[in-house]
Order: sequence, then C-alpha cells, then structure tokens
Amino acid sequence: MSKDDIILEEATSGEYKYGFTTNIEQDIAEIGLNEDVVRFISAKKNEPQWLLDYRLKAFAIWQKMDEPNWAHVKYSKPDFQRISYYASSKEKKKLNSLDEADPELLRTYEKLGIPIEEQKMLAGVAVDFVMDSESVFTSFKKQLAEVGIIFMSISEAVQEHPELVKKFMGTVIPPRDNFYAALNSAVFSDGSFVYIPKGVRCPMELSTYFRINAENTGQFERTLIIAEEDSYVSYLEGCTAPQRDENQLHAAIVELIAMDRAEIKYSTVQNWYPGDKNGKGGIFNFVTKRGLCQGVSSKISWTQVETGSAVTWKYPSCILKGDHSIGEFYSVAVTNNYQQADTGTKMIHIGKNTRSRIVSKGISAGHSENSYRGLVQINKTAENAYNFSQCDSMLMGETCGAHTFPYLEIKNKTAKVEHEATTSKIGEDQLFYCNQRGLGDEEAVHLIVNGFCKEVFKELPMEFAVEAQKLLEISLEGSVG
Amino acid sequence: MLKIENLKASIDNKEILKGLNLEVKPGEIHAIMGPNGTGKSTLANVITGRDVYEISDGSIQFTNEDLLELDPDERARLGIFLAFQYPVEIPGVTTTNFMKAAINERRRHQDKEPMKASEFLKMMKEKMKLVDIDQKFMSRSLNEGFSGGEKKRNEIFQMAMLEPKLAILDETDSGLDIDALKIVSNGVNQLRNKDNAFIIITHYQRLLDYIVPDFVHVMYDGRIVKSGDKELAKELEAKGYDWIKEEQAV
Ligand SMILES: Nc1ncnc2c1ncn2[C@@H]1O[C@H](COP(=O)(O)OP(=O)(O)OP(=O)(O)O)[C@@H](O)[C@H]1O
Ligand SMILES: [Mg+2]
Repeated sequence: MSKDDIILEEATSGEYKYGFTTNIEQDIAEIGLNEDVVRFISAKKNEPQWLLDYRLKAFAIWQKMDEPNWAHVKYSKPDFQRISYYASSKEKKKLNSLDEADPELLRTYEKLGIPIEEQKMLAGVAVDFVMDSESVFTSFKKQLAEVGIIFMSISEAVQEHPELVKKFMGTVIPPRDNFYAALNSAVFSDGSFVYIPKGVRCPMELSTYFRINAENTGQFERTLIIAEEDSYVSYLEGCTAPQRDENQLHAAIVELIAMDRAEIKYSTVQNWYPGDKNGKGGIFNFVTKRGLCQGVSSKISWTQVETGSAVTWKYPSCILKGDHSIGEFYSVAVTNNYQQADTGTKMIHIGKNTRSRIVSKGISAGHSENSYRGLVQINKTAENAYNFSQCDSMLMGETCGAHTFPYLEIKNKTAKVEHEATTSKIGEDQLFYCNQRGLGDEEAVHLIVNGFCKEVFKELPMEFAVEAQKLLEISLEGSVG
Repeated sequence: MLKIENLKASIDNKEILKGLNLEVKPGEIHAIMGPNGTGKSTLANVITGRDVYEISDGSIQFTNEDLLELDPDERARLGIFLAFQYPVEIPGVTTTNFMKAAINERRRHQDKEPMKASEFLKMMKEKMKLVDIDQKFMSRSLNEGFSGGEKKRNEIFQMAMLEPKLAILDETDSGLDIDALKIVSNGVNQLRNKDNAFIIITHYQRLLDYIVPDFVHVMYDGRIVKSGDKELAKELEAKGYDWIKEEQAV
C-alpha cells in the first residue's frame, strides 16, 4: 500500500461520532403490519375518516407491490413484519420555551453540537424538532402566524387545517408511485407541514431536525410544503441517529408544490448511522422527494448533503409543469466503509421554456459504492427546454466504486441538454503540495474534498453550510482530536 | 541553518542523488544550476520530504533538527518553503482559503488562536502588493486555469505570506516575462534578511542579475561538482556545461 493509500484509509475510517441513544419513554405499536396497525395509527392520531381511508387504500396498493431492485445497491431486504410502525414520545405537552423541554432531549442536541443557547439566539431559525415520529416542539410559530404562514407538524395540520392537507397531500406523490411511497402513505407517522400564503416571503429559514430514536422502529416521515403565488420559503432538514446494531428502515415522503412565481428551496443534511466499519447495522434510507412547479415561473431547488445511512435510495425530483419554471438539484453524497448510495434526480420538463440544472458530487471511500442516477425527460409540450447536468465523482483509495447512470428522454426537438462528467482521485501531488504548506494529511484531505464540493455548499444557507462541512469531515476523518 | 551531508536518494531503484553535500547559512542566497535531469528538483523534493524517494545514505540537518525524521508538513512548519517548478491545481479551493488554512494550521501547532479576519486581510493586501498580484487571483481556485507565469507569481505570493526561514525556488523564473521576473526578484529581495536563506534553482544567469547569489553551485549527475560566486554563473552562460562534463569524465 503506498503512502497516500494509507493516508486516505486513515482519513476515511472515522467511527460514527453521533452514536448515542436518548432515554425518552416511547409509545410503540405492536410489531408487524396489517390493516389493524394502520387503523391503530390513525386512531392514535385522532384522524378524520378520509385520512383513514387514504391510509387503507395505500395499504391495499402496497400489498400488491414488490420492493424495487433496479438500484445499484445490495442489502438484505427488511422484514416488514418485524418492524414497529408507530412510536411516539410520551412528552406530549407543547412547550413555550426551551427551558420546558426534557433535559435529556437538550443533552441530545448538545451532543450533536447544536448548542441550545445558540439556537435561541439564532433569531430567524424556527425549529420544529421531530423526535421520532411525533413532533415534540415547535417554536417561532406565533411569529410566523402573524404573516399567515402555517408551520406545524402534519398531524397538527390534519386537525387544524384539514382542508389544506386533504387538497394537496398525495397530489405530487400518489401512494401508487412506488413501493416505499405506498408504505409511507399507509403508515406515515409525522413530519412537517408548511403553508406560505400568496405574496409572503418567509422571514426566516424553517428548520426541522429529524432524529430516529426508538429501537427497531420504522420511520415514516411525511412532509408537505405549499408555496402560494409569489411566495418564497427556504426549508432545512437535518438529521442524525443513534448508533445501533439492527438495520432501521426509513421511508419518508416529501412533497413540494410551488404556484405561480413561487420559490421553494429545500436543503437537507443527512447523517444517519451508516453502519460500522464492517458494514454491520446502519439505516436504510428509501426516500421519495418530489417537487411540483405547478405555476408559471415557479422554482424549486433541492440541495442535499448525504453522509449517512447504510443504504440510500433517494431521488429528489422536479416536475416542471408551469411555463418558464426552474428545477435545480445540488447534491453531495459521501460513502465510506460499506455504505451504498444510489441517488440522483429526475427533471421532468412539461411546460415551455422550462430549465433545470443538476450538480452532483459523489465521494466514495473504503469499500463503498456510490451511484448517481439521473433522468432528464423533455416532453413533447416542453418547447425550448434546457438542462445542464454535471456529475463529478471522487474516489479515495482502490476499493470503492463510483457509477453514473444518466438517462435522457427527449421528445421535443427544441430541447437543449448538456452533460458533463468527471472522475478524479486525490493525487499524491495535491497532498504533497498541501503538506508543503504545513497542512497535515487530514487537513489536506478536508481542504481538497471541500473544494470539490464547493458548488453545492454554496447553495446551502450559511449555518447549514458550516454544519455540512463539519459532517463531511467527520464522515471522512480518522483520528482527529 | 541547513546542512546536507553525503545525501543519496533513489526512485524506483534508480539512484538520482549520489552523495550530495551542501551547507546554507542564515542570510545567504545559493543558486543551483545544472543540466536537465541531474537531480535539482529531486533535491528540493527530498529536502521538503516528498515521500516517493528512498533515502539510502546521508543526513539533512535544519536548525538542529534531523529533517529526515520529520513529515513534510512538519518540515514546512519549521519554516521550509518550496516554490514548485510545477504548481498543483486544487479545484474549488481559493488562494485565500488555502493561505488561511496554512497560516491557521501553523498557529494551531503553536497553540495560538486562528488569525483574526481583519489581520489576515491586511496581511494579504500587503503581500499582494509586494508581488504585484491582482486581487482576482485570490478568489479563483488555486492555480486552476492560471497561466504558467501566474502560477509562479502565486508561489512567490504564498512564500511572502508564510515568511519561511528557508525558501527553495525551483525554476521560478522559467516562464516569467521580463516584467514579472523583475517583480518576483524584487519580492525576493525585499523578503531577504539576515535570518533567512534562499536556494534558487535556475537555468538562466539572467535571474541572478536581479537576485545576486552569494554562491553558485553546479549540479551534475546527482552531486554538486563545482561551486563559486556569481561569476561562475556567467561562465556557465558563456560556455555551457560541456567543460564541466569533461572535467567529471576525467
Ligand atoms: N518518478 C520517477 N521515476 C523514475 N525516474 C524519475 C522519477 N522522477 C524523477 N526521475 C528522474 O530523476 C532524474 C532527476 O530528475 P529531476 O526532476 O530532479 O531533474 P532536474 O535537475 O530538476 O531537471 P530539470 O532541469 O529538467 O528540471 C531524471 O532523470 C528523472 O527522469
Ligand atoms: Mg527540475
């Protein structure tokens, strides 16, 4: 093994730092999945009949579907009858300030390096903590209400704004969309609901920290964001999970809807437990995220930094229906040890003069497999559509893999599509150059990797970008500190 | 400051440095000349600790430290700087960020706080002026798409920022136009003081009109075979290397 291989191995063999469990009492559904469990979940949440019907219909669809296996990942399929489909933190009462929160919870956030003190001062960041399935805490809600913005857990929204939820839920991702979407639609636990009224620019970044907590609990978050005409919102989603042995399933749905001239910016930093050095344990992350640019000149941007999970299957997509609408996808996906990621996007052009931009940066280390899978579809109706795609891969060492699967479907001759792809390695010459300026091997690797990801990081809101860099370093580091 | 004794280094079992001796004292400027492929860059790489060489014999002392025991980044932090013959591109990392990282890493090892942004900017401005480099290079990716001359000038800028005790310039003059050559030389002359030293590897005596060396060495076949003052460079310019080769053949 040459020196740079050793360096890379050291620099990429960091143990998962956020592996700890919070002791908060859970209310857990019986193990396994059948119609009764679906009814149990719905009843627990006091849901109206239409929603129970929606769940039951989805469950019936799911039962007839097979788990997809086209992705470039290998794993032993979860046994869906051995998962508990509902866990809610017993802490139900709403809090007015952080002082009222469970000290155990506060400690969790401290360990994650999100100082509560700072959060309070971080004026402009409303935080809706989702502890396991149940929303525990919502802040800044009042301030948002003043401009007519609704930001609450989706369970609350079902109670307080049933007409909005009923109107929009499942319109972008219907239950039959795919296996995991059907499953989620049947058993979704909780998530966020955001509604931005006409002409309102959301005055702060909306942020949710997701965290999987209950042992052996499938996670089925559901998020729905609606931006009415001429509105704007930036939404941040971040998550970490405690270390454990058993594979955990996560199958979320995120639906975004942008009306005329509305803009939604959705940023994710994902750091779920990736499994240990030998590939044992870790989260299965099968997510369906899709945005609908419904209105003219609307815009949806997905920015994601993916460092965690044992197996990731995730394609945040945009349906560009409104004329002149814009879809963007910026992604950094890091895989290490035995992680597998198959991620990318779909840009579906329907409206005239629609534009899309894809920037994907994959970093693979250890024995991991990192695939980009992207579809650019230009439909007959999409006159003068334009897409630019750039997919760069960086390999660290000899034992990992990077793959690119770009698909193009063009049904309109006026389309213009550009695609660029590169694969690189951190060279001995680059490392030596950095060393010669006084940077140690780890610092050098961080610097080079951060440079590689820069185009994506600059799309993230400031605080999030810093956090993302930190996560990237943690997931690639060996023995810092 | 620097003392190299009987240094032998090889790569892929091919011996390149074959028993090289060199001593550099504070305040001195040494020029090293010699035909292509005689091991000048190899010497620079071995001093700075590039790991691809096998050191079979000899020693390198720097300010009483045994350099061969140290990693390249440790050597750099002791104050050894190499202006590369072929500077490397690092996409996405700006010169500003690169310098910030380099300076703060030094400070971290001295248990100092990171440099204040205002102080850093002031320093950048000063040094940019010294080597007459445009602001726009600071926010571009390091060396990416820089012309040959721009890369060299950027190396000298980095040298000015890091204020090394010993700077090795490996053919920094190659590829520079006359004006750039003057500016770079001027920069070196301004940075020069009684406590630091320079080793300047060059093929052209022209540079030595601007940076006047205390010693000129001729390197041939992995050794320093002749040393003199700046007149030696002029002699080489006039006569080429054949007479040296002949001397060696005898
Ligand atoms: N990786 C390598 N493998 C094999 N030989 C090498 C390697 N690197 C350098 N060499 C050889 O070592 C010798 C010395 O090279 P070096 O770059 O030190 O020469 P130099 O004196 O700097 O030449 P120039 O004036 O052209 O810059 C050359 O013959 C070169 O081909
Ligand atoms: Mg050379």
